[in-house]
Amino acid sequence: MECRCTRRDTSQSPNPFWMGVVFWGLVMAVGVTLTASGQTPEEKGLAIATEANARDIGWGDMSAELRMILRNRNGDENTRHMSTRALEVADDGDKTLVVFKEPRDVKGTAFLSFSHKTGDDDQWLYLPALKRVKRITSRNKSGPFMASEFAYEDISSQEVEKYTYKWLRDDELDGVDCFVIEQYPVDKGSGYTRQVAWIGKAEYRPWKTDFYDRKESLLKTLTYSGYQQYLDKFWRADVMEMVSHQTKKGTRLEWLGYAFGVGLDEGDFNQNSLKRAR
Amino acid sequence: MSFTRNARRLAILTTACVAVIATRAPAVELSGYVSFDPRVFPGDPLYADQHEMASLSLSAQPELYAEWADGDQSLLFVPFFRYDQQDSRRTHVDVREAFYLMVGDTWELRAGLQKVFWGVTESQHLVDVINQTDAVEDVDGEDKLGQPSVSLALIHDWGVLDLYLLPGFRERTFPGREGRLRPPLYVDTDLTTYESDTEEWHVDWAARWSHTLGAFDLGVSHFSGTNREPGFAPVVTAGGEPVLAPHYSLIDQTGIDAQAITAGWLWKLEVVNRYGDGDRFAALTGGFEYTFANVRDTGIDIGLLGEYLWDERGEDGTSPLEDDLFVATRVALNDVQDTAILAGVMVDRDTQGASGLVEASRRVGEAWKLSLEARAVFGTDAADPLHAFRQDDTFRIDLARYF
Repeated sequence: MECRCTRRDTSQSPNPFWMGVVFWGLVMAVGVTLTASGQTPEEKGLAIATEANARDIGWGDMSAELRMILRNRNGDENTRHMSTRALEVADDGDKTLVVFKEPRDVKGTAFLSFSHKTGDDDQWLYLPALKRVKRITSRNKSGPFMASEFAYEDISSQEVEKYTYKWLRDDELDGVDCFVIEQYPVDKGSGYTRQVAWIGKAEYRPWKTDFYDRKESLLKTLTYSGYQQYLDKFWRADVMEMVSHQTKKGTRLEWLGYAFGVGLDEGDFNQNSLKRAR
Repeated sequence: MSFTRNARRLAILTTACVAVIATRAPAVELSGYVSFDPRVFPGDPLYADQHEMASLSLSAQPELYAEWADGDQSLLFVPFFRYDQQDSRRTHVDVREAFYLMVGDTWELRAGLQKVFWGVTESQHLVDVINQTDAVEDVDGEDKLGQPSVSLALIHDWGVLDLYLLPGFRERTFPGREGRLRPPLYVDTDLTTYESDTEEWHVDWAARWSHTLGAFDLGVSHFSGTNREPGFAPVVTAGGEPVLAPHYSLIDQTGIDAQAITAGWLWKLEVVNRYGDGDRFAALTGGFEYTFANVRDTGIDIGLLGEYLWDERGEDGTSPLEDDLFVATRVALNDVQDTAILAGVMVDRDTQGASGLVEASRRVGEAWKLSLEARAVFGTDAADPLHAFRQDDTFRIDLARYF
């Protein structure tokens, strides 16, 4: 069942005859396995990711409080508190503003990010003691966010274009029917070779993701729970739990007070709003 | 007389603000820190009256904040207190910020005492001219006094235009006779003189346009008014003591700050052109910052910084940074305690005189932060302004409690 060919370019020739010859030639040569619907596993994987994305279009703007609980290998806990707001941008990545509230010494520090479907994100950090906005490099994708088990790339806006895909199998996870797809980061700066995601068949919600590091060993697992639906359409998990298999450390994200359609616009996501964010 | 009248106006304004708060009754949020931050000077003092060894010190900076109208209007009040065991001039009180803010769709209006930062470089801040330096706090020039101001920010697709009206000048603070890190002569702020006939009541103005275009951040600014940086004249007091008298000229300064980001590199440039005292000169700071992110998957970031500092006036200017190189490294462990280390050195290319800094900080528990800082001057000769500080190598311990 394993297919090692990489058909990452999904754009196709409009010439059906030419396409037919090349396609069947490929099938004969490398033995592409088609799924029941006549798709390759890569096409099916992409279709699942595209559908999951399509179901999350149109949320507009949101705000929420976030509690981050860091747990070390001895079980000692440290709590971080921040507030977040985000704006959906048509045809590009989202705009996000995160304001830190606790620990107290970083209170008022704020992080602004314009994510992009392709290329590096634009990021700024506001340092309240100096009243200074610093441009920061977004190359640090694999580095830890706030000393947590979440990397910057895990918390930045997830866009279909940031990965290529392959459907692996269908599976049942804690009684939920899931597609299991593998996704490969496009960016060379990613800390992962691949991620294996369990996506619920009914609502296309993610339930679990395994992350594999550059040495192909299982690095960490993210699980989602406490899903709630907003605006009768958009599903958000109240709890996201990341566990590192290699360091035995964990991070629990608890989302509180999710609010959609709170009236945010572009003007709430610039360097001026970053400076006065609370 | 003008001071008492202004004080009365301020009192009326404050009362009005308090009345507004009382009627709207928004919640007042209190935060800030209290810090124990003694300094140790292992070297013997060079000048008469200067204290020896250590000086215990305490500082506090509470912050009161209230907002209403869905956050579109707010009041911020940030006083600052410093007690120094040895230096009576370093014991001082300031209001860092105390302003009213109103936010519209494409504008922001601020009135009161403000702190404003302009610029991109690390080693010095040439274009940053709004606030006066609180020079008794530290020699790095990063601590600023609150500036009386009314400012309007216009936020549009073509960038942000900030307009400032700055009534009232704040004098720079200087160490007292007993204080370390001072020139051989004591700076007597009772003998301050101004170019403006209205002295500290000259109304200054400033404007800045800034914009981000993809990988580039650009700012163009102009300031017209009393120079924040004084010149000094040696004078003899009525009591026969030779001292330095600060003099503040009127200047016009145009500044440009630019920054570009490419992969792990940040390229930075600040240029100013200043006219004052019948003279015009240019100065610049330019350099880079490169970050090795998440080194060997340890989560550690290592940053390298290099900057060149130049001043057209050369040795004749008021700045000791006329042809200097700055090299530094910043290491962030990105651990739960946010451990960070900064080490840097500034070398004068003419005299080879150098000054160095090592700074380390770490959170302790959830609400405490411990910082250690060491500063030293090496290989200076009499031609170097830093030579005056050759016996003032400093260790500073800072244990702060945040609330």
